[in-house]
Amino acid sequence: MMTVMDVSGLDHRSLNEKLREAEGSVTLSGCRGQRFIAAGMDRLQLTIHGVPGNALGAYLNGASITVRGNAQDAVGDTMNDGSIVVHGSIGDAAGYAMRGGRIYVRGDAGYRAGIHMKAYQNKIPLLIIGGCAGSFLGEYQAGGIIVVLGLERKGRRIVGNFPCTGMHGGKMFLRCAPEEASFPSQVTASVASAEDLKFLEDCLRPYCAAFDLPLKQVMDGPFTLVAPCSSNPYRQMYVMN
Amino acid sequence: MKPEGQVRIPSGCAIAAVISRSGHPISGGLVPQAMKPMHDRSNGLGGGFAGYGIYRQYRDFYALHLFYDQRSTRKSCESLLKERFEIVQSEVIPTRKIPAITGEPIIWRYFVTPLRSILASMQLDEKEFVARTVMYINACVEGAYVFSSGKNMGAFKAVGFPEDVAEFYRLEEYEGYSWTAHGRYPTNTPGWWGGAHPFTLLDYSVVHNGEISSYDANRRFMEMFGYQCSLQTDTEVITYILDYLTRVQGLTLEEAASVIAAPFWNTIESKPDQEEREKQLCLRALFSSLLITGPFSIVLGFTGGLMALNDRLKLRSMVVGEKGDRVYIASEEAAIRAMEPEAENIWAPAGGEPVIIRVKDGGY
Repeated sequence: MMTVMDVSGLDHRSLNEKLREAEGSVTLSGCRGQRFIAAGMDRLQLTIHGVPGNALGAYLNGASITVRGNAQDAVGDTMNDGSIVVHGSIGDAAGYAMRGGRIYVRGDAGYRAGIHMKAYQNKIPLLIIGGCAGSFLGEYQAGGIIVVLGLERKGRRIVGNFPCTGMHGGKMFLRCAPEEASFPSQVTASVASAEDLKFLEDCLRPYCAAFDLPLKQVMDGPFTLVAPCSSNPYRQMYVMN
Repeated sequence: MKPEGQVRIPSGCAIAAVISRSGHPISGGLVPQAMKPMHDRSNGLGGGFAGYGIYRQYRDFYALHLFYDQRSTRKSCESLLKERFEIVQSEVIPTRKIPAITGEPIIWRYFVTPLRSILASMQLDEKEFVARTVMYINACVEGAYVFSSGKNMGAFKAVGFPEDVAEFYRLEEYEGYSWTAHGRYPTNTPGWWGGAHPFTLLDYSVVHNGEISSYDANRRFMEMFGYQCSLQTDTEVITYILDYLTRVQGLTLEEAASVIAAPFWNTIESKPDQEEREKQLCLRALFSSLLITGPFSIVLGFTGGLMALNDRLKLRSMVVGEKGDRVYIASEEAAIRAMEPEAENIWAPAGGEPVIIRVKDGGY
């Protein structure tokens, strides 16, 4: 079933009530800043035209969302499962405390993308940013995978200041040489190995398909893998524990 | 239930602004449109606007906007004004009675110029004299508050949602080359008429989303230079800091931004240019008490321009967009699109990176 809804002028509550009654594929047009769209939803394929408001797909639990333009702050906050595909850029705190599912961004991400991402057993969240990321990328990252590609960055830094501060789990891939960013002493940034690249390629295949990008060209470039130095890198930071 | 002011409500707030780089007039009805998609960022306890270029017929006079609690306060404050200024026009600010805005004070405006004889005897320049008079009224004249005091600009603010405040003040009847807007969600301080944004002094106005952790340190430092914070909202001190740094100390806006949103020591150390490093170290050392900590995004309005600035950690959102000769700034992209659906070059400035837009010379 395919439904098209014009949501211009609707407040976030009425918009979400309509979504909960819908089934199958839904396209929203005239979206302008309504918050919490599809929060907690475990079904629907949703396509959004216009600008969705903050906390798009918060607590998402299996639904798939495609945004044809930009998205605002806190996309996929604490999401558990499903996918969010953003064809434009994304605001601050994307994937905040995300614990499962996938977020694909074609453009840039703001500050604090992937902050406090976590993983448990087979729940491994994945956040891929096609452009550049702002400061505090992956702050307190505890699990999951963050990839930043820096496509078409034209001299801009691939990531802002203080990436991976407090990182103690998971992995981050940056499409640049290790010396292009500075990291805290509790993480290791090294050139990705052949095995790492194989893993990365599997992550990037569906991403490239979603945005019609040539996988081979995207994979061409130095990649840095960042991971915590040990299982408890902050052991003696405050007290001996 | 505890009254507002005694209970802490988590933060929100919305800001928006528009400017024409060539100084073309923009209706005061435009910027309130930006506040509609951001309605939920406010809670009805404050809304306000500042417009620049709105009083062309009185452009050489200071436009004083005042709130009075009662008629007798107005009478006594007016006699004080008459001792200090020549008043060329004095009138009620036109408003519209609407159900959403109630409990309004007496709202009056005056177009004035300081008396030359007083300036000569006090040995003060005009701006300093006006600023001191504003401080005196706000701190010492009970029940009277000057909420706008610049030339060819004016602030309009109230307790209510910003869309309603715009209707109340009949904002669509004004035209200006730049506008700022604020929707308030008070956090630590009461929602009252004087506490709504923008906070102004002379032609500076500030709208602010956030809360200042360093408020008291900033306030005490500013008191040494005669600035008295009497409006019970942290944002007030930002306006005074920017006035002090630029008008009194002669810093550029970029330098003032480096004082209030100072880069971290290690960010300064990593700068390749030695002169730039020394300058940043000097600013941090000279004005360490004016570092503003805590989350903020602000838009500063001034004669001929706007400056947008985030705190150095960028703990609040801010987006900038353009279309034609206009530049748009807002807490959310949706708000920019409400002013201009076809806005281009949407981008988010980094924390501590000032965005300064000036009207071309002769355009205002």
